[in-house]
Amino acid sequence: MISKTYIIKGADGIHARPATALVRLVKQYKSSFMMKKGDKSIALNSMLNILSFGAVGGDSVTIDIVGEDETEASKAIELFFTEVLNKL
Amino acid sequence: MSEATLKTTLKIYGVAASPGIAIGIARVLKKNKIVSTGILLNNESDIKNEIEKFDNAIHSSVNEIERIKNNENLNSNQESQEILETHIELLTDPQLKIDVYNEINVNRKNAIDAVIEIIHNIVQVFNKLDNEYLKARAADVQDIGNRILKNLGTANNNEHHFLPNTIIIAEDISPTEVLNIDLKEVIGFVTQAGGKTSHTAILAKSKNIPAVLGCGDPVNIIEEHDLIIVDAANGIIIVNPSDDCIEEYKIKKTDFDEKREFLNSLKQTPAQTTDGIKIELLTNISSTEDLEESLDYGAEGVGLFRTEWLYMNSKTFPTEEEQFEYYRKVALRSKDKPITIRTIDIGGDKPLDYFQLPKEENPFLGYRGIRICLDRKDIFTTQLKAILRASVFGRFKIMFPMISNVHELRLAKEILNDTKDELKENDIEFDLSIPVGIMIEVPSAALMADILAKEVDFFSIGTNDLCQYILAVDRGNETIKELYNPFDPAVLRLISNVISQADQNNISVSICGEMASDPNATRLLMGMGLKEFSMSPSSIPIIKNIILNTSYSQANEVWSNVQRMDNGKSIVNYLQELQ
Repeated sequence: MISKTYIIKGADGIHARPATALVRLVKQYKSSFMMKKGDKSIALNSMLNILSFGAVGGDSVTIDIVGEDETEASKAIELFFTEVLNKL
Repeated sequence: MSEATLKTTLKIYGVAASPGIAIGIARVLKKNKIVSTGILLNNESDIKNEIEKFDNAIHSSVNEIERIKNNENLNSNQESQEILETHIELLTDPQLKIDVYNEINVNRKNAIDAVIEIIHNIVQVFNKLDNEYLKARAADVQDIGNRILKNLGTANNNEHHFLPNTIIIAEDISPTEVLNIDLKEVIGFVTQAGGKTSHTAILAKSKNIPAVLGCGDPVNIIEEHDLIIVDAANGIIIVNPSDDCIEEYKIKKTDFDEKREFLNSLKQTPAQTTDGIKIELLTNISSTEDLEESLDYGAEGVGLFRTEWLYMNSKTFPTEEEQFEYYRKVALRSKDKPITIRTIDIGGDKPLDYFQLPKEENPFLGYRGIRICLDRKDIFTTQLKAILRASVFGRFKIMFPMISNVHELRLAKEILNDTKDELKENDIEFDLSIPVGIMIEVPSAALMADILAKEVDFFSIGTNDLCQYILAVDRGNETIKELYNPFDPAVLRLISNVISQADQNNISVSICGEMASDPNATRLLMGMGLKEFSMSPSSIPIIKNIILNTSYSQANEVWSNVQRMDNGKSIVNYLQELQ
């Protein structure tokens, strides 16, 4: 399992556009993805879960990835949270 | 109009969600409420049937959205495409499927009741979220829910035909309804619910349809065929306006539409010369509101973020936490554009109630700007800590004001480095490579630009103060106002020196004084080699327009012509004639 914590950039956090991008990114990998903040934890394959998770700008979230392609998946997730999210 | 004049004029207030003005006829849309059937399933084969119905309804719903998406008129509209993509993801969401299946399998509801129940639950969850933007996604969930229900056979036909100049009055308009409406006929939206962050607002904005949303119950007063003015610049609906009022708004509408067309035509265009030299247009701001406006005008970043506002709106010195929250908010709203934060620049002319400075003979030559900060390290360090801590959320640059010699700069940098060390010791994150620069607004700094350039990452020329100091003219003094001329050759020589020293030392340089927004100065400054201009947001389209119509060689020619002139008056005359 690869587990990393990211700070969410962009005032509205993971809103509709980035959530759509995130779900689609996750679907490209065989690994399973979990997002955690405090005691909340969700699977990243669901748009509804991501939106209702309510991650807003400035929050820290931890992403756990498990599966045969977890290394590549983790790189893609890192790129998403550090480079892509704040531009969406 | 005769019918309208008989009715009483009414005003309704709401949220101006998509700016513009529309004058038209009300069409009131009523929503049919879908109610549960209450049917419980008897056996396994019924359950299997209902699950199949649900799967088919999802399939048909996705197909419908794909069709709307492929509609030629929408292809060019990025916002529409993205919202429809989101709706497809919501429709095919695994969690939605699991929940609905569960309602059918375990609670033995039919597909319609299961969808009503689950959508209702999700909407409730969204309504409880803290963030306004995420909360507004409840409308999207309701929208896909209604679509599934329609495909499950509930009577919910939203096919409408509209007369020209229709203004839609509704409890709420869903995003896909906005996309389905023929916009040749519909010229405005008024709703009871919704707000600035709803997808309806985003779509209305992208299609330039004036919309006033979230008006509440007063909307019920509006009757079918009432004459309506939607003033979505101010968030006002005028029902049955007088003839005078209509005339007034016709003029307002023309002005607004013309201005918008001009701004829109320039917003996405990068500022570059006819021969392809790129110029960066930045803004001077004091608040997050200014930042939003900057982005609306197409700014590429903030060249000067004045932090005095934060201190002036406080009863005591703002704490590190208060400042941190403020800077963080700016960073999070900045869409990853660079923000140059100027550390506090107070002095005799900008006093604070809680920080009384002794009366000075010459406040402009007195205890001010960095001089105060170097003396009162506590004030300075608190601000630097807050800025550094917030720097992880965006792209900040730190700028010191009123630097007049290299010694002051070194002291300020030393304090900054000590502050960084303190944060590191406490494991507090910040942008380790945050650029540091100075305002060039004192003649001694402008003359020493070659030395200063070696110790900073950027310069920003404050032409207002620089001009006052060079010419020894107080620009607020009416009697000698004529003597204040930023186009005086002495001022221009120093500005040019700063720009070329920055260039030779490979650091960036911008101008954040009024000269940057003066159309007479644009070509001249470009000719000196300036590539960054920082100004008030509304000046951006005007300056961009000049840049787009100038070649770099033309600009060079302007500067070499000006260099041959020996006084400010002829230079001003020459530059005005160029316009």
